[in-house]
Amino acid sequence: MDDRGYHNGFGGAFLPEILVATFDQLDAVFRQARNDPEFWQTYENIMASYSCRPTPLTFAENLTRHFGGARIYIKREDLNHTGAHKANNVMGQGLLVRRMGKTRVIAETGAGQHGVATATMAARFGFRCTIYMGEVDVHRQRPNVFWMQRLGADVVPVRDGTRILKDAINEAFRDWVSNMDTTHYVLGTACGPHPFPEMVTYFQSIIGKEARQQVMRAENRLPDRVYACVGGGSNAMGIFSGFADEATELVGVEAAGRGLDSGQHASRLCAADASVGVAQGYKTFFLQDQDGQMKETHSIAAGLDYVGVSPILAGFKETGKARFEAVTDDEVVEAASLTIRKEGLIPALESAHAFAQAFKEAPALSRDAIILINQSGRGDKDIFTIADAFDDPGWKEFIIEKAGQYGRERSPAS
Amino acid sequence: MMEKYINHRLKEKNILLMTHIVMGYPSFEASFKIVESMVTAGVDLMELQIPFSEPIADGPVILGANQKALENGATVQRCLQFARQVVASFDIPFLFMSYYNIPYKFGIPAFVDTMATIGLKGAIVPDLPPEEGREFLTEMERSALAPILIFSPNTSIERLRYLAGFARGFVYCVARKGVTGMDTDFSRRLDEYLARCRSATSLPLALGFGVKSAEDVRFLTGKAEIAVIGTATIQLVQERGVAAVAEYISALR
Repeated sequence: MDDRGYHNGFGGAFLPEILVATFDQLDAVFRQARNDPEFWQTYENIMASYSCRPTPLTFAENLTRHFGGARIYIKREDLNHTGAHKANNVMGQGLLVRRMGKTRVIAETGAGQHGVATATMAARFGFRCTIYMGEVDVHRQRPNVFWMQRLGADVVPVRDGTRILKDAINEAFRDWVSNMDTTHYVLGTACGPHPFPEMVTYFQSIIGKEARQQVMRAENRLPDRVYACVGGGSNAMGIFSGFADEATELVGVEAAGRGLDSGQHASRLCAADASVGVAQGYKTFFLQDQDGQMKETHSIAAGLDYVGVSPILAGFKETGKARFEAVTDDEVVEAASLTIRKEGLIPALESAHAFAQAFKEAPALSRDAIILINQSGRGDKDIFTIADAFDDPGWKEFIIEKAGQYGRERSPAS
Repeated sequence: MMEKYINHRLKEKNILLMTHIVMGYPSFEASFKIVESMVTAGVDLMELQIPFSEPIADGPVILGANQKALENGATVQRCLQFARQVVASFDIPFLFMSYYNIPYKFGIPAFVDTMATIGLKGAIVPDLPPEEGREFLTEMERSALAPILIFSPNTSIERLRYLAGFARGFVYCVARKGVTGMDTDFSRRLDEYLARCRSATSLPLALGFGVKSAEDVRFLTGKAEIAVIGTATIQLVQERGVAAVAEYISALR
């Protein structure tokens, strides 16, 4: 591996020696695929026939009227099969796994979205599949665990460390160093050692490619601003890649959780308690203490609850190629609520971060300004989390009743 | 310096033993006692691990020890203090082992200077391939400290030679795929691998991952200069306490 994937000093491949040969192979196969025009065509075809691509661009007429400022467009990644942009990455990596002749895939998952997507891909391609998921997330996202298991994946709860996404990533690496001959690690976001950030961005760039054409068709010009939520950064990298060389302003929105000063957030690019470090095989901004120990993170959206961030976005931060903002849990729930009521669209809580920031800025923009929001995933699959966020009494009543019913089935005698 | 020590020591022993402790696990007091028993029992070199929150190359036992040590307040400063104490108390070479973020956050030149001042002899940083470690390697060279490079069974012969170019003191040969603490099959395949490692470097070879019994050590005698015992002693302390360490080490060789 000669090019080590540095973006303004961020990235690299900090690998244990045992994985070096595996990454050399992956890098070579990825380069080969990228230089093969037929490969992208195969990828587009599979995404069209299996995952609703191209996903539509929706003009948010009611929200536009509500704010009285910029014209608001929404890119509908929620309409992908399995309900989020994660499908783009996993199907792409699945094609690479085939090229490498491997037969088993492993993945980490936080919200469960990437785990479900990977398990789906594995079922479709006929790979064996193991998903690592922090124990905390297993409890937060039980319905996704159900689906992964139904799809044939082995779901392993990770009980080490903080028992969330980063710990699941560590555990997936530990599996990989033992089983790399048969196994590919389908990393879910534009993070990790090179070539993952570039590879995941490459597959997600399908979002930006389509969105650019769609906005041009609708408005005959490019948008003024593009908003995307930033956890690891893959949906942001995906949509930003369609507008990277233009005057369009790119806005990445992080999870401010309970506030940037609360110590309970997941903002690596806006918060004072983040700094540059090296972990999980790459160099970027991490939420870490003075010694370099990773901190606990918090977000209402499990998919944003991560200590690191794409090194490519860290590079954008340094060069000013993108602007980064952070919104709180409360602002997110409010934005999701408004979007549901006004447009009949249900954004995932992750995606709702992008909406919240766009809503803050839209009223101040002129009526002919155009803004584009990436709805990276759908919220209805997160019904438990969203119902909790809305503190919905009717829903709680239903769950209590359902639990009672299961309880009676288990012990009919009592 | 360390190479000389190793060769000198090999005149009296057929194979040397290197052990591994996680500083601050189960406590700093216990860590000190463990070091003391190991040195008394004849250990020749020792790795002192500075705990890290994301030890991706370590298996469950060492991972758990890292976490516990951190929970108990094993800061980097406290670990440096501990290292100062053991280096001053015992007359064998001590090395640091940690993941790259620890020296990186400390500042590479300052970290290496501190190691030299304390009197450590080298460092093992398992997530730092030489391609990413230019600054670290330069600083280590400047301070005459040994960066311990790692060979693995799936490293090509060209790369083994490339790595050997940066190695000082000895080379750490990982016995197999996987993380620390799983079983290793001590068989002819391991002989072939060690022969390949030997052909790439003239430095002494240490073999680690899965070494835990006198039988394993016997198998390695004559094939490697150093047998590395990592997880086994940590597990022993967990199961039978610090007092069991000396007897276990003495029985290995």
